[in-house]
Amino acid sequence: MYAQNVDTGSKGVRGADELSPEEAAFQARIDDNIKIEPKDWMPAAYRKTLIRQIGQHAHSEIVGQLPEGNWVTRAPTLERKAILLAKVQDEAGHGLYLYCAAETLGISRDELMNKLHSGEMKYSSIFNYPTLTWADMGAVGWLVDGAAIMNQVPLQRTSFGPYARAMVRICKEESFHQRQGYSIMMSMVSGTPAQKEMAQDALNRFWYPALMMFGPSDKDSVHSDQSMAWKIKMNTNDELRQRFVNETVPQAHYLGLTIPDDDLVWNEETGNYDFSQPDWDEFKAVLKGNGPCNRERLGARIKAWEGGEWFRDGLAAYAEKAAKRRAAA
Amino acid sequence: MANEWPLWEIFIRGQHGLNHRHVGSLHAPDAEMAINNARDVYTRRKEGVSIWVARSTEITASTPSDKGPMFDPAEDKIYRHPTFYNIPDEVGNM
Amino acid sequence: MPSLSDMNTDEVTKLADIAAAEQTHDAHVTNVETRPAFFEWLCRMGDTTLILGQRLSEWCGHGPALEEDIALTNTALDLIGHTQLWLGLAGEVENEGRSADQLAFLRDAFKFRNVLLVEVPNGDMGVTTMRQFLFDAFHYELLQRLTESSSPRVAEIAAKALKEVSYHVERSTDLVVRLGDGTPESHDRMQQALDILWSYTGDMFVSDGVDATMADAGIAPSPDTLREAWLARVEDVLDEATLKVPDNAFVHTGGKTGKHTEHLGYILSDMQFLQRAYPGASW
Repeated sequence: MYAQNVDTGSKGVRGADELSPEEAAFQARIDDNIKIEPKDWMPAAYRKTLIRQIGQHAHSEIVGQLPEGNWVTRAPTLERKAILLAKVQDEAGHGLYLYCAAETLGISRDELMNKLHSGEMKYSSIFNYPTLTWADMGAVGWLVDGAAIMNQVPLQRTSFGPYARAMVRICKEESFHQRQGYSIMMSMVSGTPAQKEMAQDALNRFWYPALMMFGPSDKDSVHSDQSMAWKIKMNTNDELRQRFVNETVPQAHYLGLTIPDDDLVWNEETGNYDFSQPDWDEFKAVLKGNGPCNRERLGARIKAWEGGEWFRDGLAAYAEKAAKRRAAA
Repeated sequence: MANEWPLWEIFIRGQHGLNHRHVGSLHAPDAEMAINNARDVYTRRKEGVSIWVARSTEITASTPSDKGPMFDPAEDKIYRHPTFYNIPDEVGNM
Repeated sequence: MPSLSDMNTDEVTKLADIAAAEQTHDAHVTNVETRPAFFEWLCRMGDTTLILGQRLSEWCGHGPALEEDIALTNTALDLIGHTQLWLGLAGEVENEGRSADQLAFLRDAFKFRNVLLVEVPNGDMGVTTMRQFLFDAFHYELLQRLTESSSPRVAEIAAKALKEVSYHVERSTDLVVRLGDGTPESHDRMQQALDILWSYTGDMFVSDGVDATMADAGIAPSPDTLREAWLARVEDVLDEATLKVPDNAFVHTGGKTGKHTEHLGYILSDMQFLQRAYPGASW
């Protein structure tokens, strides 16, 4: 997902008798679905994990602007250009909301940015894949936003108030993102043979990276158990991935496109599709920085940040001067 | 970072005249720019809205330890909560 | 954010039909005598907003702060919206069945009629901000006059655009003042930007036969009549920003008759790639 492999610092979820009175009261509030707010007492590990998770989510939004932003200047019609621009702009907005939510935990946005640029904090693996053709705008909206929604909708109920509120706003604004992607795909498959070929190629390239977005199986992960007990993770990675496959396969069929998986088959017994796992070695390599676009993506963010320093400083300096002038008057 | 733009809390009142409502936060070098940024970020330039901005550090919030005395008395005034009232379905949304 | 229609249904076509039926009657649109000049003038409007919108959209995802990234994109979205209206009307006036998209994506550089200022590369945020201010100040004066156009269709578009451009000019003015009077570095960058851009501003006020026909028909003011108000505003703002108007009085001209800088060719090869590579495809 947008936050993958978040370390909770936990060695397993402790039983009720192992918790301090504060921790027990905290867990009881979470179990009662009472939101935790910034000034409330919280375990240090909860705070740290949330900073990691929300920060990673925010970074994914702003790095996620790049593969699509790539095509804004090349969009094929004025309407498509406006739609794509509005969508990529939303991603900047979502990054902004999430950074603000993280800031309520006692870390500044600039600090988070620096951690992204230094490589200390990660962003979602999916954005390290290149967008080669216009059909990729369709595939990204349909598959990547589709996968993100699977995770973001339940997160509206997450235990930390500012995070939950940011997710509510994000989900509301995001409702058109997946639809615009699917609409691009529909135009492509009903277009010329070359367009249809382009659409199939985009699905071929984005299918497995989209499955990777949910992260490796975490049914035995201590971090996952702890995050779920804290309600900052609402479902296991495998649950969400299965739900995504079940929803997406019929959508692909409707388009007349083939999912690039020979072993994909409907399983009557489980009521799910059986499908092939993505290549988890590739996933690890991408997370380590060896994806096709890691260097370009991080490079673009660092360039924007460093190139914008004089602009931010100039405006800050003026504000300070103006305040002094007002005070003197 | 020395020059980080401060954080502002944004409150917006829409065209329907309801109270200003907290919608989120953003960074800006001063109040005037915070208002402009809020127009771009939170209203996407809708007209007829009124925006208030306040430095996040200037907002005083009740502390959680006050929670008992400050919030408990309201708990038995359940008529203040909309779900206290049973509205027949025919009436529609209220 | 522009409201997006539901493209998974045929709602769009329906809406277009309704819009066409409700279209204000405008005798200028079908006037054969003024047709060539009116078409040319509409291309000047639409190409200028298109190229500037295209330039601004290059910043999307690369802005110096998230708030600025979002604000720049709002301006780009407004300008692309204006383009759809101006070029859409241009196609109607021309009466040869060309849509706004065909005009935008299937004409070559020598057929583009935008002013030179908007094709100057983004450079740093200094150049982008200064270019925006110099253009907004002109755009605002122009649209204000166009709201009184004898062409109801032009007046309608201008009234809609003016609301947005009033905010553009407010915002870019504010940024020019703040950055000009910010740190020594931001001041120097803004001055450099002004030095680069100044000689391209004159192109906006060049007035030719097309403009004379438009002025005679009461459709649009002659651009040279806008210069005084523009200059007064620009000088005021630059003064407050502690910036100096360059001594260089040289003026680059030609954008409005298709004589462009080399930059336009690259803008178009990027922008028109798909329409050119897949002729006749629908997207």
